[in-house]
Amino acid sequence: MSDTTRPSGVLPVTRRGLLQAAGAGAALGLAAGFPSRLLAQDALKVAAVYTVPVEQQWVSRIHKAASEARDRGEIEYVYSENVSNNDYERVMREYCEAGHRLILGEVFGVEQAAREVARDYPDVAFLMGSSFKEDESVPNFAPFDNYIQDASYLTGLIAGAMSQSKNFGMVGGYPIPEVNRLMHAFMAGVKEVAADARFQVAFIGSWFDPPKAKETAFAQIDAGADVLYAERFGVSDAARERGVLAIGNVIDTQADYPDTVVASALWHFEPTLAKAVAEVKAGTFKAADYGVYSFMKEGGCSLAPLGTFEDKVPAEIKALVAEKEAAIKAGTFTVEINDEEPKSN
Amino acid sequence: MVEAFEILFTASFWIAAIRIASPLIFATMGELICERAGVLNLGIEGIMTVGAFAGWMTVYSGGDLWLGVAVAALSGALFGLLHGTLTVPLGLSQHVVGIGITLLATSLTYFTYRLVLPEVTSPPKIVPFQPLPIPVLSDIPLVGPALFSQTPLTYLAFVAVGVVAWVLYRTPLGLALRAAGENPAAVEAQGISVTAVRMGAVMAGSALMAVGGAFLTMSAFNSFFFEMINGRGWICIALVVFGSWRPGKALVGAILFAAFDAYQVRLQQLTGGVVPYQLFLMMPFVLSIAALVVMSRRASYPKALMIPYRKGER
Repeated sequence: MSDTTRPSGVLPVTRRGLLQAAGAGAALGLAAGFPSRLLAQDALKVAAVYTVPVEQQWVSRIHKAASEARDRGEIEYVYSENVSNNDYERVMREYCEAGHRLILGEVFGVEQAAREVARDYPDVAFLMGSSFKEDESVPNFAPFDNYIQDASYLTGLIAGAMSQSKNFGMVGGYPIPEVNRLMHAFMAGVKEVAADARFQVAFIGSWFDPPKAKETAFAQIDAGADVLYAERFGVSDAARERGVLAIGNVIDTQADYPDTVVASALWHFEPTLAKAVAEVKAGTFKAADYGVYSFMKEGGCSLAPLGTFEDKVPAEIKALVAEKEAAIKAGTFTVEINDEEPKSN
Repeated sequence: MVEAFEILFTASFWIAAIRIASPLIFATMGELICERAGVLNLGIEGIMTVGAFAGWMTVYSGGDLWLGVAVAALSGALFGLLHGTLTVPLGLSQHVVGIGITLLATSLTYFTYRLVLPEVTSPPKIVPFQPLPIPVLSDIPLVGPALFSQTPLTYLAFVAVGVVAWVLYRTPLGLALRAAGENPAAVEAQGISVTAVRMGAVMAGSALMAVGGAFLTMSAFNSFFFEMINGRGWICIALVVFGSWRPGKALVGAILFAAFDAYQVRLQQLTGGVVPYQLFLMMPFVLSIAALVVMSRRASYPKALMIPYRKGER
């Protein structure tokens, strides 16, 4: 675990250590020769606790949004990465004690414990990635998740058109709701274009084993798949080595795989964070489902630019994608949210 | 059902099996050397992580691929030196030291990674070893592509098995090493230092483990991930037992395990989602345990394994 507290104008104000902090602040102010005062008064103190390194796709989107908000001066942002689940509660409590007012994170493995922490710190707002919905009895705990099924559906339309064999390989980590619903949305998109599509679904039982994800993808290519849904790192590499196509998820990796990654469903955490920060600043933060701010009509997800595949995707499909995208944004078309474990057919 | 058997006769299946086996072969040979000298090295998982990072980082910083392999081996040997110092001359519990080395090595790797690469948004990549088909041999049906169209590191894994077997059974050094694991007092009586032999074995073995880890970041894949060793080290501990502490049998065990793994990912695609995927992920482990039960009935482990040697002690 590396704690990357950045130096800032404000000293950490904790409830317990208020006096020490005030004393130290005064001393520092005297030593530096300027009056002690709080700088960046409006910046909300935000702390994030991640169970994985910030390079990991899912977390990288949260980290990016928070870093940018920090650079704009809207928030003060500190984070701890690679925190194991059995350490998670402790780190949350430390940040609460340190006076942070909004805690970000992902509690998929510590759902119960995280809610207990929230109960103990009713004045702190918690915005946490979670498989569950909001609970009125914990009014300061709001769940979110990457509900980017709208964008995944659009990538499915493109994948359906780009496949020759109409055989699609999908490699996931674990079948949790966040993974399942995007796979289902992708499959729904494919079926729109290729009704008789065959799907090979596999899970590798790990979030971090790219060599294993790659081997699984090779197996699916051997079994006839010519478009792969790259939920994990490693899948696009297998696709590139065998000369088949891949569809990106959450992040845009086309720059690394210019001839392989056709389209990607991007997650934008910015609307979710902006909403939470505004609510906390206004003192109106409450238990609500922040998952909806990942929807396309909220700007929470988008289809990545086709880039190198701009000219390779058929025009009629691009027209269909544009039409569906407009319908989703207008609210006249809704992509089904299905959290069931997807199966091969 | 027919399809399920047909998979076994496809070249791509055997290519995958050998590729999956390669890191296991390196690390199993490393563990085998340590244990034959009488030292159980549970630092394997951490040492593989170190190797995976050190080798990859060397290449990422502009080094040659083979230099990366050398740096991985060297860093593994350094952790071997630490493990050996604690367990051989100091005679501490090999279990505790081993687990400690694993925890230290993995955490230190992550720490170094973040120091070197503080602000990366996506995992940095290198250009890994490419497959190098050997002319003529790679044209043999089934066996050819499986064994002779791999990356140079896979060839090195097989060479390592040969070298380990030759040194163990055909050289005075090997004799001293095996004796250190069976009857260290006899080694001392020959005027050979048990401490030196065991230290050397742990360092050499750890170097091989680290190269096994480096295979994952420099051949199987092209970037370093936290926790990507994912228990492979522990598998190798079992493979040494499976192989009755013999290099040849351990090699067969590693390939068998890898073949089960390659088979399960292919079977997962066949059953149309009727069978839960967890059952397939379990398969290589269940079959390995079954094989272990059968194979290890007559296994004779090194008599002085896990017993610290103190000179002059009766």
